[in-house]
Amino acid sequence: MQGKLILSDGATFIGESFGADVSSSGEVVFNTGMVGYPESLTDPSYFGQILVLTYPIIGSYGVPNPKYFESRKIWVRGLIVQNYIDSPSHFASIMSLGEWLKKEGIPALQGIDTRALTTKLRSQGAMLGRLTVIPARFAEASARRAKAGIHSNAGKILNQVQNDKNEIYNPNLENVLQFVSIEKPQTYGTGKKNVVVIDCGAKQNIIRSLLKRKLRVTVAPWNFDPIEEKWNFDGVLISNGPGNPKNSKDTILTIKNLLSQSVPVFGICLGSQLLALAAGGDTYKLKFGHRGQNQPVQNLITKKAIITSQNHGFAVNFTSMPLGWSEWFINLNDGSNEGIRHKKKPFLAVQFHPEASPGPTDAEYLFDEFISMI
Amino acid sequence: MDIGVLAMTMIKPKKVLLLGSGALKIGEAGEFDYSGSQALKALKEEGINVVLVNPNIATIQTSQELAGKIYFLPVTPYFVQKIIEKEKPDCALLSFGGQTALNCGLNLSGSGVFKKNKITVLGTPVKSIEITEDRQLFAKYLGGIGIKAPRGGFARDVKGALMIANKIGYPVMVRSGFSLGGLGSSVVNNKEDLNLVVSMALKNAPQVAIEEYLRHWKEIEYEIVRDKGGNKIAVCNMENMDPVGIHTGESIVVAPSQTLNNYQYHLLRQISLKVIEHLGIVGECNIQFALDPKSDDYRVIEVNARLSRSSALASKATGYPLAYIACKLSLGYSLRELKNIVTGTSAFFEPALDYIVVKIPRWDLQKFEGANLRIGSEMKSVGEVMAIGRSFPESLQKAVRMLETGQDGLLGMPGEDSLSPGSLRLFAIAQQFLRNSSVESISKETGIDQWFLNQVKEIVDYQKNFGPAYKFNNENFLQAKKLGFSDNLIAASCRMSLNKVRKFRERWNIYPKTKHIDTLAAEYPAKTNYLYMTYHGEESENDSRLRIQDSGFRQTHNCKKVIVLGAGPYRIGSSVEFDWCLVTAVATFRQQGLETIVINCNPETVSTDFDIADKLYFEELTLERIVDIYKVEKNAKLVLAFGGQIPNNLAALFAAEKMAILGTPTKSIDFAEDRHKFSALLDRLSISQPQWEQIKNTGSVKRFAGKVGYPVLIRPSYVLSGSAMNIANSSREVAIYLNKAAKVSSKHPVVISKFIDNAKEIEIDGVAKSGKLLIYAISEHIENAGVHSGDATLVLPPQRLYLETMRQIKLETKKILKVLNIHGPFNIQFLAKDNKVMVIELNLRASRSFPFVSKVTGINFIEIAAKVIVGENITGDFQTVDLDYVGVKAPQFSFNRIKEADPKLKVEMSSTGEVACFGRDLHEAYLKALFSTGWKMPEKSIFLSIGGDKNKLDFLESARKLTTLNLEIFATEGTSKFLKLSGIKNTTVFKLSEGKHPTVLDLIKKAQVDLAINISLIGEDRAKRDGFIIRRNCVDFAIPLMTNLQAAIEFSYAVTEKKLEDLQIKSWDEYLSPKN
Repeated sequence: MQGKLILSDGATFIGESFGADVSSSGEVVFNTGMVGYPESLTDPSYFGQILVLTYPIIGSYGVPNPKYFESRKIWVRGLIVQNYIDSPSHFASIMSLGEWLKKEGIPALQGIDTRALTTKLRSQGAMLGRLTVIPARFAEASARRAKAGIHSNAGKILNQVQNDKNEIYNPNLENVLQFVSIEKPQTYGTGKKNVVVIDCGAKQNIIRSLLKRKLRVTVAPWNFDPIEEKWNFDGVLISNGPGNPKNSKDTILTIKNLLSQSVPVFGICLGSQLLALAAGGDTYKLKFGHRGQNQPVQNLITKKAIITSQNHGFAVNFTSMPLGWSEWFINLNDGSNEGIRHKKKPFLAVQFHPEASPGPTDAEYLFDEFISMI
Repeated sequence: MDIGVLAMTMIKPKKVLLLGSGALKIGEAGEFDYSGSQALKALKEEGINVVLVNPNIATIQTSQELAGKIYFLPVTPYFVQKIIEKEKPDCALLSFGGQTALNCGLNLSGSGVFKKNKITVLGTPVKSIEITEDRQLFAKYLGGIGIKAPRGGFARDVKGALMIANKIGYPVMVRSGFSLGGLGSSVVNNKEDLNLVVSMALKNAPQVAIEEYLRHWKEIEYEIVRDKGGNKIAVCNMENMDPVGIHTGESIVVAPSQTLNNYQYHLLRQISLKVIEHLGIVGECNIQFALDPKSDDYRVIEVNARLSRSSALASKATGYPLAYIACKLSLGYSLRELKNIVTGTSAFFEPALDYIVVKIPRWDLQKFEGANLRIGSEMKSVGEVMAIGRSFPESLQKAVRMLETGQDGLLGMPGEDSLSPGSLRLFAIAQQFLRNSSVESISKETGIDQWFLNQVKEIVDYQKNFGPAYKFNNENFLQAKKLGFSDNLIAASCRMSLNKVRKFRERWNIYPKTKHIDTLAAEYPAKTNYLYMTYHGEESENDSRLRIQDSGFRQTHNCKKVIVLGAGPYRIGSSVEFDWCLVTAVATFRQQGLETIVINCNPETVSTDFDIADKLYFEELTLERIVDIYKVEKNAKLVLAFGGQIPNNLAALFAAEKMAILGTPTKSIDFAEDRHKFSALLDRLSISQPQWEQIKNTGSVKRFAGKVGYPVLIRPSYVLSGSAMNIANSSREVAIYLNKAAKVSSKHPVVISKFIDNAKEIEIDGVAKSGKLLIYAISEHIENAGVHSGDATLVLPPQRLYLETMRQIKLETKKILKVLNIHGPFNIQFLAKDNKVMVIELNLRASRSFPFVSKVTGINFIEIAAKVIVGENITGDFQTVDLDYVGVKAPQFSFNRIKEADPKLKVEMSSTGEVACFGRDLHEAYLKALFSTGWKMPEKSIFLSIGGDKNKLDFLESARKLTTLNLEIFATEGTSKFLKLSGIKNTTVFKLSEGKHPTVLDLIKKAQVDLAINISLIGEDRAKRDGFIIRRNCVDFAIPLMTNLQAAIEFSYAVTEKKLEDLQIKSWDEYLSPKN
């Protein structure tokens, strides 16, 4: 079965479908990690996005039990790869990637020149796109033609099935946290100290990382204010999540409240951007974002550098931060801000993912650093 | 214990001692020329003086451009200490010259030589290296930081080994420390075998490790880099297709790993970082894991605290210059202040690959009669190839073709079906799939992950359908190309012409696309000239390479762009010497202002460093791919002369494609390679040669032999290293050898000639311009004809040649050059007997001895050849005979790796490398050269066994000389009697068959002998077991062995006339341009 990806500038990439027999649209982004597709696909930060993986062989180790996922479902709106492996080999695999995508209703294409596509996104910036899959009935007809030796005119059929006339979805135009956050608060663990995780689309490994450190964790929806709720808590972690941080006004207000009370706050990824906005700083959209597992960052205080896992399209403009804040981490590739920290108060945030999953675990120690403040 | 040093202080050495790895041998090959050369480059940028010790004259690192002072001397504690005392360096680098350099360095550190001479070892602290090299210490150390190593223990004797094995249960793994390429390690199934293996391993090492055998666990490697400040990255991970138990150098390897999920990939990565942090590595480090295929359980099985074969592979696989960076780090730089040259971003990052790399080892086991073809935990391969593609089948099939073993596709070995580990297992697996074996059953038997097998099966299943009835359309044809099938294979299996297949490609516009290797998977704009081709892509990438400077360009050239073909995988007969030629030629072309493009596929080379040429295609050296590149690179001309045998074999095909070629006309190449045409040409020119005839059938051979008498020489055309060339002593042997020759050279004639006994062999290397001799050097062989020129000891300038002979050689050479209109480098081999010379071979390309003659004479023959080829006007009188010193090139054998093979020399080449040393006279240079290949001065006793009356007589004076050493002499019965009659005292040892003691084996096993001279008669049958067993045991027990009479005589004189202290410690420049 064939399908194609049409970018907002009209560029078209034709491939073979290996996911669900549906079409979709979203912001097209690429990730350069060489492992970790189950983790990425279930990362809520990919809400509203079509994900291009630059590693050309995907599906090799199948799909594990959902308890290893980063959330309950796949969040990407489509997956684009060069070569899909349909016969996975791994002791932990319970099904193939294709089966999983079909089950969750997510379209996917293989046979796309992902390097050419990535180069385009890198040079022109992240773009919106539509992923169209030829419905099965057309595909069968096409296959029959091919079998009969007639040139398979799948390309033509594809043009005919431009049935999806809706607008291309752009996740950066609305507050998307409402779609990815937990509905009501939930508590895990029995530790003495309680950390509230404001769930803006949190990856499960953030919660696992906190529980591993013997903490009680209360996961709260994106628009909950633990102070207003009069909860008993020792610190707050603002999680990762999708979209433009400026659209999440309620969460920003919550954080302002927390800062005014000098509650220990740790932001991760979107959490870092929200913290910056709450503190009076500004954020901006990166041209094509940082998505991968090889992003080098340097701690400007200790001068030590580590490799981090990243997935973000927006960043903090550190020069906009008010007095009292220091630049904690920077990206060694492009110099962009990778972390901020208050000089006196227990507020800190990083743009990368100390919880990894997928990716390197070099930054895991930051959880300990946060906990030492509460 | 944490040995990490945190202070970030820059070290400013005045003079650095850099140790090389010496001759190429199995387990230690060209990869260390790559690492040493990168280290030199890094040091040169800092303006640091370097003293390089490396007797391997064929390397790129031993070129004036790179090192300030070069010593062509053995990398052994004695010589290096002398060099230190003379040069007084203040720092030393030990991790760029393989195990040889590391062992030598550890020895000098242990004996206090470094301390006494105030030498700082740069990079990883010696203490850390010692931990990684001592398996016992290492296991304990890992345990101490909570990291798992294999269960087991250490033994200093057989009894101890048996006890440990009993405790952990058979099968067990036996390993010895301080070993390169896993020498002395193997899987042992029972008590008896353990006894044997341990006693042998203890000959080379003080202790052995007996470990749990992790049957069918995956083997995974990481290449880690760490700076002094503790910043560290995992540059690359790799997965062995073969499970644990097969040495990584013997395994098919992919990068990155394919069957590990995110958790496993990063778990092992994190452990790697932890281990090297604790060890305080500064620079580069390789760490190997075993990973349970059924859980996340792992073991750390090895750490190499130095550059290694795997790190060379990782460098090429990622585009991250590991050795260069490691050297900078050892000077105190931090990773973040160093740059990723490709993207301009920081060197502190982990490359993201968007392609898959497949490495396949190249074995040459079939060159050794009787050699065991099975592989295991010891290295036997002599080289490797690396293929880059965007699917495993594409990369795998590319790599198979790159091997140059005549295989195209996986189904070329119909008889092969053994699934036990061996050099042909990949092909056996394909055969099994052809016979409908299941992936599950093969995986169960071999331990190879189903991921790999599924895709091998996919290739086989696709190929199965090919046949005369197969109908191609644009879709299935493109699919075939994506799976990596060559045009040739498609044409042959579908019984159509190659032309028709090409028409398909043209009609459907199916061509490979060029992609960049940019280290960051296109995330950042990259300036890269490192390229590969793939069918998994819609578009070729824009040409964003680093443009060459136009300033040097000279309008006189009728060409602006050249494609220089490389030599492919290292193998017996083709190794680093061709890489030196290639790199030198490329540098010359670039100096001439030509845009220079290299095609090569060997990750162990310097020529595949991406900053050597203007563009590098890491690609197949096949006609199909060269034509693809030629088409993309419009208006380029091909250069064939510097890539060894492969380009010459393709020359006629290039001509048929009407491709533009520089250098000697391809027709002339055909005259030189086709034995029939060449011999007929010599007859026409009245140049004398051994009597010859083209073989038509066995009958004609017998008639010929009847006429000229045995022995006769059987010689196939278009071959390298005398492949399938043999001396036949009887009609029975003729039949065997003819069969072999027909196999390697089915398309070209096989010629038979009279084998000339007791003739000297002489070679001339030179450069001709439009058929005229421009420069030449004549070298003589110490060994008489009958030993392949690659196995022979070469002497330059000749010491035992008549001027008359040299004159004749020059005359005959000029005749040949003229008639074939030779334009570029050439090599001609002659026999000389009774003041008469005969031509036996002509190579119309740079030969193996070009680095030797260039570096001994101080005149760069390749530079001249490269200039001639592009039309530069060169004149001059080059002095290559009247030198004030002698250069001797000696072969390095790796028989210790090739179990069960007879180490006797023959007309087919068997050495894996070479060294060359200088001296005031032949004997001094010869001794240095021998010591460079692992020889030592005999100190205990000498064993002599000389077959044949004439040989005994010829050796008599030498034997007398040897008595002056006052060592005990042992001899076999006949030799003993003869020596006694001549008044030479000696002790008789018994033949093995006599059942009496002491036999020679008793002596060898008790290490009572430290020199063995075993001369057998030409034509002695292998059935004569005694000789073979003696030779084999000498090799297995590391006793220096001479099997050639002339070499033994020369050595006897040398060793009795010179003492160790007589061997001068002089650098290359001191020989070439003495101060007074």
